[in-house]
Amino acid sequence: MNSETLNTLDSYSKNKYKYGFVTDIDNEKPKKGLNEDTIKFISLKKKEPNWMLEWRLKAFSKWKKMKEPKWANLNFPQIDYQDIYYYSAPKGFEKKPKDLSEVDPKLIETYNKLGIPLEEQKVLAGVAVDVVFDSVSVATTYKGELEKLGIIFCSIGEAIQKHPDLIKKYLGSVIPAGDHSFSALNSAVFTDGSFVYIPEGIKCPMELSTYFRINAENTGQFERTLIIADKGSYVSYLEGCTAPKRDDNQLHAANVELIALEDAEIKYSTVQNWYPGDEDGKGGIYNFVTKRGLCAGKNSKISWTQVETGSAITWKYPSCILKGDNSIGEFYSVAITNNFQQADTGTKMTHIGKNTKSKIISKGISLGKSQNTYRGEVSFLRKADKARNYTQCDSLLVGNKCGAHTVPYIDSKNNSAVIEHEASTSKINEDQLYYCRQRGLSHEEAVSLIVNGFCKQVLQELPMEFAVEAQKLVSISLEGSVG
Amino acid sequence: MFLEIKDLSVKIENKNILKSLNLNINKGEVHAIMGPNGSGKSTLANVLAGKEDYEILNGRINFKDNDLFDLNIEERAQEGMFLAFQYPVEIPGVNITPFLYSAINSKRKRMNEEEIDNLSFAKLLKSKASDLGINIDMLKRSVNTGFSGGEKKRYEILQMSILNPDLAILDETDSGLDIDALKIVTDGVNKLKTKDNSFLIITHYQKLLDYIKPDYVHVMVNGSIVKSGGSEIAAEIEKDGFQKFQ
Repeated sequence: MNSETLNTLDSYSKNKYKYGFVTDIDNEKPKKGLNEDTIKFISLKKKEPNWMLEWRLKAFSKWKKMKEPKWANLNFPQIDYQDIYYYSAPKGFEKKPKDLSEVDPKLIETYNKLGIPLEEQKVLAGVAVDVVFDSVSVATTYKGELEKLGIIFCSIGEAIQKHPDLIKKYLGSVIPAGDHSFSALNSAVFTDGSFVYIPEGIKCPMELSTYFRINAENTGQFERTLIIADKGSYVSYLEGCTAPKRDDNQLHAANVELIALEDAEIKYSTVQNWYPGDEDGKGGIYNFVTKRGLCAGKNSKISWTQVETGSAITWKYPSCILKGDNSIGEFYSVAITNNFQQADTGTKMTHIGKNTKSKIISKGISLGKSQNTYRGEVSFLRKADKARNYTQCDSLLVGNKCGAHTVPYIDSKNNSAVIEHEASTSKINEDQLYYCRQRGLSHEEAVSLIVNGFCKQVLQELPMEFAVEAQKLVSISLEGSVG
Repeated sequence: MFLEIKDLSVKIENKNILKSLNLNINKGEVHAIMGPNGSGKSTLANVLAGKEDYEILNGRINFKDNDLFDLNIEERAQEGMFLAFQYPVEIPGVNITPFLYSAINSKRKRMNEEEIDNLSFAKLLKSKASDLGINIDMLKRSVNTGFSGGEKKRYEILQMSILNPDLAILDETDSGLDIDALKIVTDGVNKLKTKDNSFLIITHYQKLLDYIKPDYVHVMVNGSIVKSGGSEIAAEIEKDGFQKFQ
């Protein structure tokens, strides 16, 4: 690698995070630390029925006996669970705002800064957005229109009160509380998140979207999302995330459960841009997320697409359990790590039903001194006749101090399974850079173009409205400075 | 003087490639450099374009009143230097349209010209492509990816005609082309030629010069230009080879 490339790479490392502002709002928090009182406080604040509190306490007692999973290729100090606030709501949220006029104007301003003007979005984009600020769902746009179709799109807190039957039936059905310590933790203290139910035969006419933001200091965010697509229905869902710049590490441990019944399809896209820490590796979000989808019915399909550019640590494996015959699971991922970021991400495809198919396309880009690991597990159970998997993992290294790792596990108990696996690791190609620059593009433009090209297979899976945003985000993650 | 190369000596990995090379090109002139393999022709092209693998031992190059060594690769390109590569590299996932759109606007920016808008650009690209017999479907593909040798060369000429350079360097553009493709490519070059731009054509064979008439032909052997003259030199080489110049 020549000196100019190294210089430019060095300037990328001075990457600025433009969502790093803090909104000055009084917060209402319980005492720091995790105990039964904290959980009771959360449950009380959210006016939950007693069965929900019981559910949380049961998860908490499981968590106390568990240890964090240690198999990931990550290095971080022990998390002190007693030094975290588990609930933070902007003051005055006792009564949930009925419409935007009741929401603190400062909050609205925050979202405007983030580029999601609720008012404008309502009118222009046709995107229904549920916004979660720290622990409280702020506003859900487009609710009325969706209700007419029988679609339920609300905060999980509201769903617990208004749709207890669905919650009791499905919450924790895909990710049991006792699955591992982060799922137990989330089950005990989850504060908000989104709930979606699409009734039989309904194709949701717009993209549903949640925007998460961590604002308060020393606050963990534990959101819980549950999406149920009834027979023959379709929904496309997108979540985006940012957080302010702080020197301390903040914990984010979300659980997302998807259930697709017969002939139903769920498309779930994530653009994750949590604060990654500064160029010395100080601060940033610890992102321990469990995402799992169940293709419960015949011919159902679940597709995960993720663009992961933020967080100091990313620990995340959106997975599919392919139970229904002919069901399909897909995972498309772009993970970019810079400076001292660490990402250990991938997927798990569990083939149970006959003729089930899964496809994995993973693109990892490492810069600076970061470590980027793809970890995947594809398993075929005894009855999964004629199941197929295709896996493609490509890694791109920019610079010579970063690392890329690929850890694929394959486990087949059925001889008729067909498995294809392709993997590549390459360095950014000097000839490509030379070619682009000879046409008049700057070194930075050239790198951004080449990396975007490398990710194209995944980016094109994103809904149209967000594909352009994601492309910009990819460029920003590489750029020296952001205006 | 438009391009002036004076006493240029260049080495790469301890090997001297160019040795006290001199060459002057005026506006509106077409120069051809011919020479056997390994004589340093491609090195000269890359040194002009600014590739960083080379060590300049001696000499200077002036281009449009600039000391060329003060400009990096993209600045030279923006100043109007274009290199049609011998082996154009594939860039998967990068579509030619936004690629060239960024390229043309970075050049306009440097020249303090207004940016071209999307629509006018798309029109320009389509008309130039059809001039070169390039199918519209090819414009939807990634830069050079999965192209045949001939397609790549045509793509280079398409880019050249869009960027409309002051100095175009064609590095062995004829290699790998059949006669039909060669005709289309050289037609493209001839259409682009005006009294204000110049061409430096690097070639191994005389065949190309049947289609593009050079004003000057230089014979390059072992890192230096050993003979310069008109197109009669090309005929001489065709007949007797490079032997007698070595």
